[in-house]
Amino acid sequence: MSDDVRDVIIIGSGPAGYTAAVYAARANLRPLVFEGSITFGGALMNTTEVENYPGFRDGIMGPDLMESMRAQAERFGAELVTDDVTAVELTGDLKTVTTGRGSTHTARSVILATGSAYREIGLPNEKRLSGHGVSWCATCDGFFFRGQDVVVVGGGDSALEEAMFLTKFADSVTLVHRRDSLRASKVMQDRVFANPKITVRWNSAVVDVLGEDKVSGVLVQDTVTGAQERLDVTGLFVAIGHDPRVELLTGQVDLTDVGFIAVHGRSSRTNLPGVFACGDVVDHEYMQAVTAAGSGCVAALDAERYLEALADEPPLEAALEAAEMGSRVV
Amino acid sequence: MGTLLNTTDATFDTDVLASDKPVLVDFWATWCGPCRAMAPILDEIATEHGEKLQVVKLDTDANPGITARYGITSIPTMNVYVGGELVKSITGAKPKQVLVKELADYLG
Repeated sequence: MSDDVRDVIIIGSGPAGYTAAVYAARANLRPLVFEGSITFGGALMNTTEVENYPGFRDGIMGPDLMESMRAQAERFGAELVTDDVTAVELTGDLKTVTTGRGSTHTARSVILATGSAYREIGLPNEKRLSGHGVSWCATCDGFFFRGQDVVVVGGGDSALEEAMFLTKFADSVTLVHRRDSLRASKVMQDRVFANPKITVRWNSAVVDVLGEDKVSGVLVQDTVTGAQERLDVTGLFVAIGHDPRVELLTGQVDLTDVGFIAVHGRSSRTNLPGVFACGDVVDHEYMQAVTAAGSGCVAALDAERYLEALADEPPLEAALEAAEMGSRVV
Repeated sequence: MGTLLNTTDATFDTDVLASDKPVLVDFWATWCGPCRAMAPILDEIATEHGEKLQVVKLDTDANPGITARYGITSIPTMNVYVGGELVKSITGAKPKQVLVKELADYLG
């Protein structure tokens, strides 16, 4: 247990968490940032080139961008901890956060930037063959599919990036998408359509993963006709989106009807005073590194204003207590 | 006190299969972000549990032979070998507490 009550604790270390840390640190709030023991840097750690982050006209590698954001936060005095948060108590005036290594920390405000986790298709054999041909990280695992045939499931920018990356190694990449058009940006679509190694299978869903010890094929179903076909591939890369990481918060912080943290308007304010949220955990619409960074800035500024108001005016409970004590004296 | 060892295609059989204590082999690569995240955790496990469990790293880029022999298609993969046999395979980065729990049988 640390006796030190912090001004602000930040949970998460993607573009939102680190941007909040930069702003909070520059406001002399000495933020304590829980980066996660194995997830620091967030989703961009598993990407290659980021071409749409403003200021990098030639692009920048995702991990390099995150390393720079981290160093920038540290430079202004953010205290970074590579540990997981395992429990939070956010409803009181003082918030507490417990970590995987068992320490407890207290702060007057908390910024939630826990991001999102990749979504699974939900097939029993997908889980069973995870790590044996089923993967969620082309940049980690693409290398092992040299000269082989693979499937990528999904239709967003992430799926198309995975498909493009895999063509460096695989002989063929089949992009399986359940609709007849892609959500991905036009520039990514053009690249995919121009790549001779990539075939797009429209209106199709992966309904089973085949293989005993490792993937030997996938079963694809046409979503219009219902016809099924086996594709003889050795790899299945799943890129069908992400779900917000809110399991620590349920019962305390209000969520939207689709399960993201609910915030007031364009602010980062949640239903709980002193609790702010930013990044992918509040955003099911844009989910870009730059929008996450922007919302991290908003959260730090909201937290700063909240703390200033606290300093001017003691919290309600303390005020009531003081009033009660005062009445006793009288 | 334990130390972390680097093994190769050439030395794997001696370092791992012939070892008289259980060996945890971390299949990794320089370009794998989650592998980098696991590195300090594996260092800690080597330091804290080295008496019972030898921790060994294998760079999959430089050592395609052993990587192919064990059919590694995803990294990080952490395999446990006892008496020359593969007895457990853990895929994907895990927080330390989770990894220690999964390895409980070999940590005495």
